[in-house]
Amino acid sequence: MANDFSSNVPIYIQIMNEVKLKIVSGVWEAGQRLQSVRELAVEFSVNPNTMQKALSELEREGLLYTERTSGRYVSQDEEKIKKARDEMAEEYTGNYYNLMKKLGYKKEEIIYVVSNRLADIEKGGLKNE
Amino acid sequence: MSNVVEINALHKCYGARKVLENVSLSLESGTIVGLLGPNGCGKTSMIKIIAGIIQDYEGQVLIDGRVPDEYTKSIVSYLPEKTYLGDNLRAKDALNFFEDFYSDFDKEKAKSMLSQFKLDPNQKIKSMSKGMQEKVQLILVMSRKAKVYLLDEPLGGLDPASRKAMLDIILNNYSEDAVVLLSTHLINDVERIFDRVIMVGEKRILVDDTVDNIREKNGKSVQELFEEVFKC
Repeated sequence: MANDFSSNVPIYIQIMNEVKLKIVSGVWEAGQRLQSVRELAVEFSVNPNTMQKALSELEREGLLYTERTSGRYVSQDEEKIKKARDEMAEEYTGNYYNLMKKLGYKKEEIIYVVSNRLADIEKGGLKNE
Repeated sequence: MSNVVEINALHKCYGARKVLENVSLSLESGTIVGLLGPNGCGKTSMIKIIAGIIQDYEGQVLIDGRVPDEYTKSIVSYLPEKTYLGDNLRAKDALNFFEDFYSDFDKEKAKSMLSQFKLDPNQKIKSMSKGMQEKVQLILVMSRKAKVYLLDEPLGGLDPASRKAMLDIILNNYSEDAVVLLSTHLINDVERIFDRVIMVGEKRILVDDTVDNIREKNGKSVQELFEEVFKC
């Protein structure tokens, strides 16, 4: 998977976001067992120590948990996963809003552009191009 | 984690020309370290000294607590910048050669990596593409169970897909008991696999820090910091 590493954010935080995305989007299912740190490091093309740090942080946030003998799992707490998903959506929306504001768009214009664009995308068979 | 390589006040000259001046650094087991710097800055000299190939230097160099000798050579796995495998060897002959030479060479591991990266053990090395040759050599070097891996410019001249494969080979073989020191000037491609980078220039170490510290403190990627440090 190609990761876009922006320059001033520590890599482990970027990896945390990549992993979060997998969890909240259900690519990694609740309760699913994770691959080993080494395998994940290869998958994300990142140093194993960085991978380990990202996973530990996500464990602290409660999105992952470790069973002492059998490995690391995605949390089974659906509420927690939903909350993380909502937080990501808020963040993306905030980022989008800031970009649009830079372009000089006002609230009504942003809503107009979004609903127009969504209508186009749905007409085109959900292609997001 | 322990310091498997310790260098204190290292000086190296070729005749009257100084290439390393008062260099000190230590390398911890379980880390992957990038050695970065422009051409001719002394990276290869430093690697050759750790490998035990260059012996006339001043200062202290300790590998696993020992001055470079026969023992340290047995725990250091070195990938030189230039190829040294005979043209007429097939990949499998090179595997046998390494098995004879190094008691810590894991031939089965090397074989399984050859097949993982779709390399034919029966193909002659000289008939392989540059990318394939580099992969074979990296597989040989990484299939030793060493404590220090020295990889001198393993990515130069390779296409992006081959570079990715080279990084996969390195990450696949990561060990908590070993350090990987990789010299390169293609920083963007590899920044994410390093714990730490050491930038060498003007005969000295200019930067020695973890990748995440560099990003947090300077608000810059390693590539951006490199461009700033080595601005022409």
